[in-house]
Amino acid sequence: MNNFKSIALAGLSIGVSALVFSGVAHAGKTLDGIKARNQLVCGVNTGLAGFGAADSQGKWAGMDVDVCRALAASVLNDPEKVKYVPLNAQQRFTALQSGEVDVLSRNTTFTLTRDASLGLSMTAVTYYDGQGFMVPKKSKIKSAKQLKNAAICVQSGTTTEKNLNDYFKAQKIAIKPVVFETLEASVKAFFSGRCQAYTTDASGLASIRNKEAKNPDDYEILPELISKEPLGPMVRRGDDEWFAIVKWTIYALLEAEEYGITAANADSMKTNDSPAVQRILGSSEDTGKLLGLDKEWAYRAVKAVGNYGEMFERNVGPKSALKLPRGANNLWNKGGLQYAPPIR
Amino acid sequence: MASTEQQSPATPPASTGGTKTSRWRSRAFRGLAYQVILVVVVLLVGGYLAGNTLENMRVRGIQSGFGFFLQPAGFGIGESMIEYDSSEPYWKAFVVGLSNTLRVAVVGIVLTTLFGTLLGIGRLSRNFLLRTLCTAYVELFRNVPVLLQLLMWYFVLTDWLPDMSAALNPVTGFFLSKNGLSFPIPVWSAGHFATLLGLGGGIAAAWWHARRARHAFEISGAQWPVLWPAIGMLVAGTLIGWLVGGMPGAIDMPERGELNISGGGAVTPEFIAVTMGLTIYTAAFVAEIVRSGIQAVPRGQSEAANSLGLSRAQNLRLVLLPQAMRVIIPPVTNQYLNLTKNSSLAVAIGYPDLVSISNTTLNQTGRAVECILVMMTVYLVLSLLTAALTNWYNTRMAIKER
Repeated sequence: MNNFKSIALAGLSIGVSALVFSGVAHAGKTLDGIKARNQLVCGVNTGLAGFGAADSQGKWAGMDVDVCRALAASVLNDPEKVKYVPLNAQQRFTALQSGEVDVLSRNTTFTLTRDASLGLSMTAVTYYDGQGFMVPKKSKIKSAKQLKNAAICVQSGTTTEKNLNDYFKAQKIAIKPVVFETLEASVKAFFSGRCQAYTTDASGLASIRNKEAKNPDDYEILPELISKEPLGPMVRRGDDEWFAIVKWTIYALLEAEEYGITAANADSMKTNDSPAVQRILGSSEDTGKLLGLDKEWAYRAVKAVGNYGEMFERNVGPKSALKLPRGANNLWNKGGLQYAPPIR
Repeated sequence: MASTEQQSPATPPASTGGTKTSRWRSRAFRGLAYQVILVVVVLLVGGYLAGNTLENMRVRGIQSGFGFFLQPAGFGIGESMIEYDSSEPYWKAFVVGLSNTLRVAVVGIVLTTLFGTLLGIGRLSRNFLLRTLCTAYVELFRNVPVLLQLLMWYFVLTDWLPDMSAALNPVTGFFLSKNGLSFPIPVWSAGHFATLLGLGGGIAAAWWHARRARHAFEISGAQWPVLWPAIGMLVAGTLIGWLVGGMPGAIDMPERGELNISGGGAVTPEFIAVTMGLTIYTAAFVAEIVRSGIQAVPRGQSEAANSLGLSRAQNLRLVLLPQAMRVIIPPVTNQYLNLTKNSSLAVAIGYPDLVSISNTTLNQTGRAVECILVMMTVYLVLSLLTAALTNWYNTRMAIKER
């Protein structure tokens, strides 16, 4: 009887606590937690080359990863003090809500539902993207409008499924979505020929084509972009100090590009005559104090990962394996959408 | 339980107070008390956890509630047995997911039963080759994790089958490719109503015949043939109905289109892989259960049947199987439940089952707790229903004292 009781109790509590993502009440300030454990916990993709992927030595790299490194540099003075938690599309919000990660930097689209009902806040857009299609070249499909009755492979737990439906419904074209739980399975199914097309964000298509296809030249990315996908890091709601730090670290990287500060010249620029540059690098005003950081927070971020332009070039730009054009992600004064509020 | 107390005359006669104490200490009372304490503790722990979850979600600004079920789902579903459009609400999408889960479960259970029984009998065969093959099958498939098997079948199917443009066309009207299997289906017309009616009549006649045969057996011991006449009645009934209905013969043939094969009936490679994988896996367990059930019948039963002059088939059908069934049914029920629950792994290979739909919903609405609760409830109800059905069958098959 006693034995039965303890088993029943244990089973019940396991079952229920699986539902309750974390039993503890709201934790203190995120920043205090990061400083206390001397480590930033960053939720990233399970493996999307150019954005968040571990190489064969287990070293993480990509745009999203660089955001984590920049944050660790400004907060902990060491870009290496990051613990990366790979999350799939379904786990990501729960992991952030429950406090498992401090920040979710995992090519996540900002939408109203996510902003208003998940208890999360969107910080700043690190990549302006749009959903596209990839097809095998031999299929001779040149436009998404030719995909009538086609099977289209897609990963579940993304905004992609809904966009797909919206677009083809408006076009009055019937399609058959084939939905997979993991990126790996959906990609494998597409390359084995199960689907006539694969859909995800255009940056993701380039990444997948480059990394997973036997011969990247056999696949074509269609010209249509069927949605707006502003991607960026998210934080938990209710900690405005941490929210501001994440947001302004990203802005600092953008500002750095605007004023020509790079990882290489960050030291020499400290004595630059421009007051704006001096403010960013902390050689005049102490902007860090207002954020709860020290004077050189932005300097360290730029020193660690370079400015936004360098980050783009290194991970996804024309010189990287992904060869994505700068396009909408150029600075506002160069014809793009990236516009950071001023650091002053 | 209460009798324990009375059965202890050895205890010296005690005062009234003493009797009272012994009632408090009685086994019956303790048993009851433990149960009450357990229930209270369970409720308290459950209530605490539920309350804490709601409170935490409220503090973090996470919205909750089941109201979202009435909002439009807004995502398409690749295959469905019922009409579904993306503008319909989430609950309808869940129903579609459930129907897809049930489709795998029902087809899987039927195939598993047939296949597993054959394998189990095969393991007892006197033929060395057959016996060894069946043993090898069982040992191989029950010892490899089922998720790996599903992935293997799926990738074998999608890699090995030809592209849609070069679909295999073994018989007119049948196409097999990476897009699945397309086959002709009859178009529904009013005449088919008579066909169904004929089939119903056939079933009724077959049932009546079986009843009379059993009656005759109980009275005189005469054995009437049952199986073949019953099949004959079914076929004849259906045929007559079809003739009366005016021989409707329109058939929807699949046709090769530019990007896909359209028309006719179709099953996707995902469905084939899930059903095949689960059937092959579960059949290995069922085979072992059938074998052990048959071996559990004492040898003397078989020998007695032989000495009565029953043929081998009669022996199996009249003596061995009815007794073996009593051993077989309860563990086979477990396997049916396993198969149904394992069908939730289908999400890994892109089959739009309940879990897949729920995952998508969970992500679009962010209602994780609600979606998981719904999933758990549905699987619980499905399993309880299956268990209730097989328990009913088990009672029917149990030894009846006359």
